[in-house]
Amino acid sequence: MSDTADTKQMAYIAAQAADARVNLEIETEGMTLNIGPQHPATHGTLRIVVRLDGEQVISADPLMGYMHRGYEKLTEVRTYPQVTTLVNRIDWLGSFANEVPFILAAEQLMEVEAPPRAQWIRTALFEMSRIANVVLFLGDMGVQLGAVTPVFFAFRDREFILNQIEAVTGGRFHPNFDRIGGLKDDLPKGWIDETRGVLKRIRNFCDEIETLVVGNEIFQSRTRNIGVIPADIGLSYGLSGANIRSSGVDWDIRRDGGVGLVHNELDWKVWTHPDGDSFARFWVRLQEVRESCTMIEQILDGIPSGPVMAKVPRIIKVPAGEAYVETENPLGVMGYYVISKGDLTPFRVKIRSASFNNVSITPWLLKGVYVPDVISILASLYFILGDIDR
Amino acid sequence: MIQLSSPEETTEEEIEIPKRDDIREDLISKLKDDLGESLVATEIIAEVDVWARVTKEAWLETAQVLLTRYNMKYFNFLSAIDWLPSPFGRDMDAQVDQPEPVTPEEMTWGTTGGETRFQLLARVHDPENHLGISLKVDLEDTDLSIESWSSIYPGADWHEREVSEMFGITFLNHPNPVKLYLPGDFEGYPMRKDFALLARRIKPWPGIVDVEDMPGEESEEDEVDA
Repeated sequence: MSDTADTKQMAYIAAQAADARVNLEIETEGMTLNIGPQHPATHGTLRIVVRLDGEQVISADPLMGYMHRGYEKLTEVRTYPQVTTLVNRIDWLGSFANEVPFILAAEQLMEVEAPPRAQWIRTALFEMSRIANVVLFLGDMGVQLGAVTPVFFAFRDREFILNQIEAVTGGRFHPNFDRIGGLKDDLPKGWIDETRGVLKRIRNFCDEIETLVVGNEIFQSRTRNIGVIPADIGLSYGLSGANIRSSGVDWDIRRDGGVGLVHNELDWKVWTHPDGDSFARFWVRLQEVRESCTMIEQILDGIPSGPVMAKVPRIIKVPAGEAYVETENPLGVMGYYVISKGDLTPFRVKIRSASFNNVSITPWLLKGVYVPDVISILASLYFILGDIDR
Repeated sequence: MIQLSSPEETTEEEIEIPKRDDIREDLISKLKDDLGESLVATEIIAEVDVWARVTKEAWLETAQVLLTRYNMKYFNFLSAIDWLPSPFGRDMDAQVDQPEPVTPEEMTWGTTGGETRFQLLARVHDPENHLGISLKVDLEDTDLSIESWSSIYPGADWHEREVSEMFGITFLNHPNPVKLYLPGDFEGYPMRKDFALLARRIKPWPGIVDVEDMPGEESEEDEVDA
């Protein structure tokens, strides 16, 4: 490099530095930035109005309702079996898991219990919808941080899980397969062996993600110590699922007092992480996918034989009463508070969805963070818009 | 048939002994000491769930007590119930095609009873001992307002905004009392029973075929569970 070029470059750098100093002295004005409702970094139509001071967020205000479908009102004009069709569409990535707590609540009111085989298959499908849901998160988290490759792997391998769900239920996204008193059908022939192969693929996918994403230095620096949620604050906002387990709270409804499913007969582990940051939330979900594979493998080995449907009246009238049943869904705790007056339709159903509570912490969580971290924090909280807006 | 036990024993076994639920009974008896007169009614379904109804004045105190003395750190949800029977009668529940004039039914209440049309329903949970409780409170029609929980459980903020726009209940001392889902100029309270679901008024739900008896088949309504 010649001397003249060198001097020129030094002068340029000095001028830039001077500019930067001036910029520092200029008082920055507050700026309002709209993230969403249509934005590449949002899932669905969540709109967040953030007020910025320079790069720092002063306040964040999520606005939603762009996709509100009024399911709580609609359940009041549907018969009990028809409600599963609606609730399928709450968390559309793990749709079978949405049906389960509602059916369990109705079964609790009717004092009906599904036969063992139905409970085992239910648990298998429940965990498969968790894999279908969370695998997409594992890929999508990379996209939010600028790594495009993982999401292709995620879509590639999720397809195999969806094929298995479709083989049983007939629906890739909206199975509508759970019935009061059991399941619509039994498993198709050859399904168990095929599923074993698919689970191997999912395990490989988890290993791939671990080497591609978790070990990546850029990924770690973008997520470690970012968006830290202390356990007590998380609980008071009603955070659940992997979001609260990654803050060190050892609580999983599948293990602690879950009804209707057979998780307690399986050998598995609840994963927690002490850090409570974006990285922890990613890591816990990755381990949960592996744990789901372990569970499904045990279920495939141990499905009891027998009928898949208990004897229930064809016209279902649920006795008067109130029941609240919640399960550990892919996104967190999902529960239905069902009030029956002994009619064909529920009198009132309160849908307690996981993402609604999980996102309600964002005004607190985003205060003081920098703009690029907003995206990684939102991605790591992992919400589905249908689960917020219901 | 071989008699395995004497007849006397069998009759003894047949008498259903109500299940005891010490943890929940204990919770309720402690709550009675802490809240006193404010605790209006309680109900326990053994090994399933527990409910408590409190007075409106004690609503905030109840949350405080549950959080500090009972470790109910986990805020689950907050909602409301409109106990008015639907004034649109059966045409709202997929049974008949044509709306017909209906005589208004009597208002009835669910678990732990009630006295007013609107009730608030909330649920908190102890994540360490895995014990949850559902709480209810009566709201007089003349004064649909109540203290906000958001100072105790910050998560109640959004739930109260939702209840406020859907049922028309005002929360006092709420930090941000604006609509959550609905547009700002929306009129009416959609989750109230007297708010008509217009789509249904115009076109009855075709799903009625799902619950009709098949031709030539007797009604199976009386069939009992296995």
